[in-house]
Amino acid sequence: MSSRSTNRLACALLAAGAVILSACGSAGSAASSSSSTSNSSSTSAASADGSPTPGSATPTSSAPVTTAAEEKLDPTALVVYNAQHENLTQAWADEFGKANNVKVQLRNGSDLEMANQIVAEGTASPADVFITENSPGMNIVEKAELFQNVDKATLSAVPAQYSPTTGKWVGVAARSTVFVYNPAKLTEGQLPKSLMDLADPSWKGRWAASPGGADFQAIVSAMYELEGADATKAWLTSMKENFKAYKGNTTVMKAVNAGEIDGGVIYHYYWYGDQAGTKENSKNTKLLFFGKQDPGAFVSVSGAGILASSKKKDVAQKFLRFVVSKQGQEIVANNVFEYPVLDTRTETNRSLAPLAGLDAPQVDPATLNSSQVVDLMTEVGLL
Amino acid sequence: MSLFRGAPPVFVVLAAAVALLSLVPVAFIVQSLVQAGPARAKALIWRPRVGELLLNTGLLTVLSMAACAVLGTACAFLIERTTVPGARFWAPMLVTPLAVPAFVTSYGWVSVVPGIDGLFGATLIMTLAYFPLVLLPVAGALRGTDPAWEEQARSLGLGPVRTFRRVTLPQLRPALLGGSLLVGLHTLAEFGAFQNLGFSTFTTAIYEQYQSTFASTAGNMLAVVLVVCCLVLVAAEFGLGRGPVARTGSGSPRPHRRVSLGWWNIPAVSGLVAVVGAALGVPVSSVVHWLVLGGRAVWTSTLWDSAVSTVALAAGAALFTTALAFPAAYLAVRHRGRVSAVAERVSYVAGAVPSLVVGLALVTLTVHYVKPIYQTYVTLFIAYVVLLLPRALVSIRSGLTQSRVELEEASRALGKSRLVTLARITVPLASPGLAVAATLVFLAAATELTATLMLGPTGLRTLSTRFWSLSGSIDYVAAAPYAALLIVISLPVTFFLLQQSRRAAGR
Repeated sequence: MSSRSTNRLACALLAAGAVILSACGSAGSAASSSSSTSNSSSTSAASADGSPTPGSATPTSSAPVTTAAEEKLDPTALVVYNAQHENLTQAWADEFGKANNVKVQLRNGSDLEMANQIVAEGTASPADVFITENSPGMNIVEKAELFQNVDKATLSAVPAQYSPTTGKWVGVAARSTVFVYNPAKLTEGQLPKSLMDLADPSWKGRWAASPGGADFQAIVSAMYELEGADATKAWLTSMKENFKAYKGNTTVMKAVNAGEIDGGVIYHYYWYGDQAGTKENSKNTKLLFFGKQDPGAFVSVSGAGILASSKKKDVAQKFLRFVVSKQGQEIVANNVFEYPVLDTRTETNRSLAPLAGLDAPQVDPATLNSSQVVDLMTEVGLL
Repeated sequence: MSLFRGAPPVFVVLAAAVALLSLVPVAFIVQSLVQAGPARAKALIWRPRVGELLLNTGLLTVLSMAACAVLGTACAFLIERTTVPGARFWAPMLVTPLAVPAFVTSYGWVSVVPGIDGLFGATLIMTLAYFPLVLLPVAGALRGTDPAWEEQARSLGLGPVRTFRRVTLPQLRPALLGGSLLVGLHTLAEFGAFQNLGFSTFTTAIYEQYQSTFASTAGNMLAVVLVVCCLVLVAAEFGLGRGPVARTGSGSPRPHRRVSLGWWNIPAVSGLVAVVGAALGVPVSSVVHWLVLGGRAVWTSTLWDSAVSTVALAAGAALFTTALAFPAAYLAVRHRGRVSAVAERVSYVAGAVPSLVVGLALVTLTVHYVKPIYQTYVTLFIAYVVLLLPRALVSIRSGLTQSRVELEEASRALGKSRLVTLARITVPLASPGLAVAATLVFLAAATELTATLMLGPTGLRTLSTRFWSLSGSIDYVAAAPYAALLIVISLPVTFFLLQQSRRAAGR
């Protein structure tokens, strides 16, 4: 009796699979041709090579062995530990892979998780390349002496302030801290003059951030560098009193947009990305750039480095050179609204305020320390 | 092996190995406490943030369990004991929410009511996602009890409400407690559903520590508290679970007389419509809404690749876990003794450990000590086995209990070897239980998120990991087809389970 129901189950699964497949047979090809300039269509950028083959997509129970073998870490692929937005790095990987006939495989995670992971893996790390959204993660790996020197040519392609003087990694993109606010809740006169103002009791319950994310932790690292440990701890303690925690920068922006909260500390490109797309999560909001070299005007640098333990250093060096090339930087401009480190402009990112005009504070990306910041944030109860 | 008279030695070894494997996460917790040392452990555990999380998590767990108990029992009573119109239609509709992963329910609600958050929002989502876990056993108990009890109570002058409270409810106690325990453990382990809810629990806080530090002492200490919470729940259920119900024989199972609702049909039906609408209608219509908005562009090849990986992984997990659970279940039923009882209980307790902690334990262990299986399918499958073994054990046990040992003895007496007997008598007779075990594991593995994120090989993408990353960046449109496929895969599996549980209950 159970075999009958098992058969029925198998039939149901197969039928469901068949229906979906016939629906997608045409959709798959449409997807690969669609361009991706906004957040909402970003999956097409992340889609891997080729269109689905009907045979392989049928859910059958005999599949596990073969699929497991196919998906095994490809020994010939360049392994990138990627903490950047997946669609950006995937676009780099696809372009580079196509041009050089190389396979590039991503493992996705977040900055400090992967940095500490690489340190735990030590010299046996499977990673060849490490890419982050912010520089503190790069510094952890550099301090553990696990990075290979980046080629001089790659370093000199990028303005010097975006890479550490040691040459252990290279800046590949930049993002500016902003205060996103809801003008229905805050008039221009009521806006904070400095990021430090948000510690004031008058801001209690009125601003948001995503303290568990590497982005916000990088901003705090900059504050730590600019204002010192004591001031940062005091600020974080007041923050704990005043702010509301969300998970992710887009979620913060969405809450501000919905009027749940007056404002939030995020990076600029979440807002530009949404504005270029549906405006769904940002249409009721505006951005405040703090400027005046305020800690809140901090421009964070995304880095890329090559692991000393990599057995594919040549390909890895080539990959980094590609990332900072004009073509690689145009991918930054077209995929996310982060600043290309060359401040490259394309049709897509023309609306961005010039990077040089942001009046960001001078912070050496190589000095930003994350472990002290995470400890502090744990101590005051933000983590 | 005098402890297992006549038990196949291979089974003894396998059962012991599986029990030891299940203990790895618990051992990891103890080890990380020892490693941190009393001073550091105290500093990281006795701090306001932990109190805050304990309050959040505790309130959420208690409220969700209570809400699920009330909602699940009420719905079960309506469909099993009243004349509510369309009971045959409502019964499957009320179980179908199990085919919608909690993170999809959450996504559905957040898209419809963007402001939903905090304790209220989290409780709502947990209740809607998990009340069938109470409904199923309670409905079974309501069907299975002998009506004579209630009839006697009524004949002795008790009104219907007091009869329910004093006679029916005590009989439901084991089912109600068991179901509520499952709700509690699911709530404590839940992670994905809180992503867009602005609500912090231990799991979200542990994950934030993991994101900020990889596997660190601060995260491990939070995991210690979380595991203690889980064990407290298991212990509480164990302590309360022995009901005062006792009788000789099982009575005569016959249909209960259904309560005629009369005008109460209106609120009853409206209530059922509301529950099904909230638990099923909202998430499904949100998914459809985003699918329509996304059009053809969202059906990418990555989606299909993830779907194939998901089904393959889940099938592999189902196969492995069922195969590994069989020896332990076999020993527990056929060679009952102290050791087999301990081995079985160990697996249950270990199964209460949330997948995030299992992930943390295995990542730490493999990266430092077992490098060859680090980031491989081996580690991922070990995690699935540890997490899902208890589900498989329960079903295989009941399957084995129902197949008669005399048939095996006859086979041996007729000269067939132990292996042949096993293959031709025991396994076929226990096959319904094995099928249910495999299906339960399949369903859970197909929607597993945290362990897969932390342990999976580089390049692995499953429907739930992709859904998580897309919905995390509020790309609801791109996330929709992943949610849709998760539901499509889970739906037939859920119905198969429902059918099997009915059959087991003799209907």
